[in-house]
Amino acid sequence: MVLEVRDLRMRYGTTDVLHGVDFTAGPGEVVALLGPNGAGKTTTIEILEGFRLPSDGHVRVLGVDPATGDEAWRAKLGVVLQSWRDHGRWKVRELLHHLGRYYAPYSTPHQTRPFDTDELIETVGLTEHADKKIGKLSGGQRRRLDVAIGIVGKPELLFLDEPTAGFDPHARRDFHDLVHRLSDLEGMTILLTTHDLAEAEKLADRILVLAGGRIIADGSPDQLSRQVAGKSEIRWTHGGQRHVHTADDATAFVRDLFRQHETGISELEVRRSSLEDTYMALVQRHESGQAKEEVAVL
Amino acid sequence: MNPTVHGARLGMERGLREFRHSLGSEDQIFNMVVAIAFVTVLWFQRDSDVEAAGVTLAALTLPSMLGMSVAFGGLVGPAGQLSLNREDGTLLRAKAVPHGMVGYLVGRTVQTSLDIAFGLLVILVPGLFLVNVLSDAGAGGLLALLAVLALGMLSTLPWGAVAGSISRSPGSAMGITMLPMMGITAISGIFYPITALPGWLQGLAQVFPVYWTGHGARAALLPDSAAAAEIGGSWRILEMVGVLGVWAVVGFLLAPTILRRMARRESGAEMEQRRQAALQRVR
Repeated sequence: MVLEVRDLRMRYGTTDVLHGVDFTAGPGEVVALLGPNGAGKTTTIEILEGFRLPSDGHVRVLGVDPATGDEAWRAKLGVVLQSWRDHGRWKVRELLHHLGRYYAPYSTPHQTRPFDTDELIETVGLTEHADKKIGKLSGGQRRRLDVAIGIVGKPELLFLDEPTAGFDPHARRDFHDLVHRLSDLEGMTILLTTHDLAEAEKLADRILVLAGGRIIADGSPDQLSRQVAGKSEIRWTHGGQRHVHTADDATAFVRDLFRQHETGISELEVRRSSLEDTYMALVQRHESGQAKEEVAVL
Repeated sequence: MNPTVHGARLGMERGLREFRHSLGSEDQIFNMVVAIAFVTVLWFQRDSDVEAAGVTLAALTLPSMLGMSVAFGGLVGPAGQLSLNREDGTLLRAKAVPHGMVGYLVGRTVQTSLDIAFGLLVILVPGLFLVNVLSDAGAGGLLALLAVLALGMLSTLPWGAVAGSISRSPGSAMGITMLPMMGITAISGIFYPITALPGWLQGLAQVFPVYWTGHGARAALLPDSAAAAEIGGSWRILEMVGVLGVWAVVGFLLAPTILRRMARRESGAEMEQRRQAALQRVR
């Protein structure tokens, strides 16, 4: 297992932020940690990155406890930070080349490190801006540079915290392509946090829904969809009256409906609830406290 | 290839690059303002003789300015940069890279040293046109000056790092270094012989590095007769080494622990909080 988290707890003062988070991730998996703001996503990822000490629990990242991880361990991780205005006077190529060289001592015949600077610049689509000062980059270009810095050491495991916050749709699609390429070509294991379900669905092999400091659902986007597919909304008009019904098996319900009323049914609508509806329902149910102890294992 | 040594080497390169970046930037406006102000002071002092010392007031002030600049740059420079780098995320990046912290610290030290050296030249070169203190001092005096300035830097640098680690924002880092430093400079006999001050102020000034870096620089460059204007009428080299040495030793004992604690606490969430605070300030 690349990531192993058992009963992870975090408490700030008297507030519990994480109440026993459990999950694992295998090599090459892309896992999305999905949840509303304040659910504890950033706290979780920072504990895994070794930037924050947990209050309790068992955590192994590439087989090492992040609290005691050394520099050789650190060299196998990539962390994509949200830059703001650091290194504003450095040029794009200059900084990438400089930071990449810290990984050179950790190069092995099996995995050469770091990435070739110009190749990497091309991968993230910054070739035109390679000699630009970082302070002069646009927001989207800066985020691409953040990703480039995160992967410059060819990590085995990459952490992305809210990677597309503030992206326009085009930049977002480019970024999604990049993540696919990294996991397919380089075999990187990727853990990303997002509060955007569509993004999680697009990128991840597996989605973990984190709400109220717990993992409340864990499964592939497909499994999540299928679970939800059962609950559909059916609307129809009969005898001038509008009806609404929610059913697990919409097809059977409608067949039944027509058997009962051979004529007189009009304005029939069947709407499968989207993944988003399930997600909202899951989070809402959890936040209202109905699902305190139950974890939906799909 | 030892990765720690490799990181340190990258840090030296980092320091050189950052110094080069700063040479072509608006940082130099500050250097120019300082140079103009100091040369103006020397200009007004060029004809006033200090009877006891047998030299002009300007000849006393130029070495004192060099000493003060080192102490100032050693404290205020790293404090400001460190707190700024905590706010802007440079430090977090260093933390995310193997041996990045080693590189960062070496880089900061190299850059601060070069900054200070450059700042000294900016004062010294125009100053020499008004008072040629170097011609009397000779090569020995110049070497002695370099030794004093190096010791002065060692005595303040770790304290600058401590101030940058404990402050909550670049503004407060400036506040806790700049203001005390200005007060200390005012009583340290930099722009006027300290013997003109009341005794208790003289005593207080001798606790801090600024007086001693100024004293050491004067001792290195001025003729022995000029010692007559000093406290006790002589150069006190041992005392200078003692006071600056204590500041350096205590600083270097304290700074690593405080730096490590600060670095351990750095996280994206912490930085985001500082970013929000900074954005509030800008608005």
